[in-house]
Amino acid sequence: MKIVVPVKRVVDYNIKPRVKADGSGVETAGVKMSMNPFDEIAVEEAIRLKEKGVATEVVVVSIGVQQAQDTLRTAMAMGADRAILVLSEESPEPLAVAKVLKAIVAKEEPGLVILGKQAIDDDMNATGQMLAGLLGWGQGTFAGKVDVADGSVRVSREIDGGTEEVSLTLPAIITADLRLNEPRYASLPNIMKARKKPLETLNAADLGVDMTRRLTVVSVAEPPQRQAGVKVGSVSELVEKLRNEAKVI
Amino acid sequence: MTALVLLDHEDGRIRQAALSAVTAAAKLGDVHVLVAGDDAVAQEAARIAGVSKVLHAADARYAHELAEPLAALIVSLAGGYDHIVAAAGAVGKNVLPRAAALLDVQPIPDVISIVDGDTFVRPIYAGNALATVKSSDTKKVLTVRGSAFDAAAAEGGSAPVETVAPVDSPAVSKFEAVHLSESERPELESARVVVSGGRGLQSEEKFHILDPLADKLGAAIGASRAAVDSGFVPNDYQVGQTGKIVAPDLYLAFGISGAIQHLAGMKDSRVIVAVNKDPEAPIFQVADYGIVGDLFEIVPQLTEELK
Repeated sequence: MKIVVPVKRVVDYNIKPRVKADGSGVETAGVKMSMNPFDEIAVEEAIRLKEKGVATEVVVVSIGVQQAQDTLRTAMAMGADRAILVLSEESPEPLAVAKVLKAIVAKEEPGLVILGKQAIDDDMNATGQMLAGLLGWGQGTFAGKVDVADGSVRVSREIDGGTEEVSLTLPAIITADLRLNEPRYASLPNIMKARKKPLETLNAADLGVDMTRRLTVVSVAEPPQRQAGVKVGSVSELVEKLRNEAKVI
Repeated sequence: MTALVLLDHEDGRIRQAALSAVTAAAKLGDVHVLVAGDDAVAQEAARIAGVSKVLHAADARYAHELAEPLAALIVSLAGGYDHIVAAAGAVGKNVLPRAAALLDVQPIPDVISIVDGDTFVRPIYAGNALATVKSSDTKKVLTVRGSAFDAAAAEGGSAPVETVAPVDSPAVSKFEAVHLSESERPELESARVVVSGGRGLQSEEKFHILDPLADKLGAAIGASRAAVDSGFVPNDYQVGQTGKIVAPDLYLAFGISGAIQHLAGMKDSRVIVAVNKDPEAPIFQVADYGIVGDLFEIVPQLTEELK
């Protein structure tokens, strides 16, 4: 069984995002970019399934600018076998990304597509669900545990009040939550090896997908900042302030 | 203009965040709600103030709010609606994007403010920026943050309940089991007071020092990602960008340093209290009241003072 893992190049999670002065977006020029952390978890899960003998090949896909090939090389250094870069000028929305991925799935015929549950830039949390809808496949979102057996996959999902288990007929979509696994670091020899792994480049237009955005960004602003309050010297002073000043107890 | 709200429920009760979604939808037009599940839940939905019609998906295939059948049902109903809305919780985030894809619509998740019928404000980059976006889709599909809208009154309405017929969808998913954290406490996302613990609580056993205080305040208990990752409490206690977003009247943070991802989940609380050994902890930059000290001394004192 083949596994396809889409990965996104985003502002590194350790960088504090800065809103551009003209309010048109968040500054990405000259900022360190990395693989979306949830996608790293998805890549790791796919590699583990290959190591267990469940999967035979792991194909990573990224949709975006030329530099996204760095992200694909990182995924291959972790252990993915080959990569597909779909070039697209603008930062595409989940709907367009799902359509591109549907075209890739038609070509690759994977048994599973594993995605990160959301990208940490636009925080959409939508692409996996949308791809599942377009394909008519089952979806195991916010996965904390994945077991593949006998043509189906059992997924433990993180829900609001605890966890839920569902089983899905293969092929299926899984989106990775935070605690599905801890992604490995790529070793130097593997980074070197990844440079020689195959990377195919396609154009979104060649796949017949309209990448036009449906959401126009009117403005991007800093959220209102909270002011630091006061330090109090004792518990009784705190209780007095909560009662009489803040009036919350 | 009419909006359809997917009302999610848990353990037979409509979630508080779904009531907030009703309030948000009322800003967009007349409100119809869709309830999947048993009759009692549909009757509960009919009593919500501001709801003018309840669509009850009573068929067994909808009982567990699985995305595959529910998204197909929403698509079959979508013709009569300009907006399709749900709370930005586990159900809404699972089901609505799938329905949106089938409708060829780009969904708008985590809305915190409605500018007009096409224009919405949503946080991006873990709440480090707020984006105002305008949709060109003819139908809008959105999830809304419960913490950003007041809950609609659970009583006061008397909407008619209409049973909707099931529609075909790919039979590719099956509900197996649900494991809910047992708690007598209020839901984390809608509690008036939240008592939260971080790595400073040191262990699963010591974390229980917060229990008597939470009892006293009628509070929900939350935790930082560090506390969850250390195994002190289950995953669903986590407050933060990758956990729950809360905005209670009072948020008490014990032994939480205040990583950006945690602040993203609680900085809209009305009053924040922080207790930490480290006077430089970033949590103090957002706290209205702070105490520098040992939480293992302060928590019992505070519990005692409130008696």
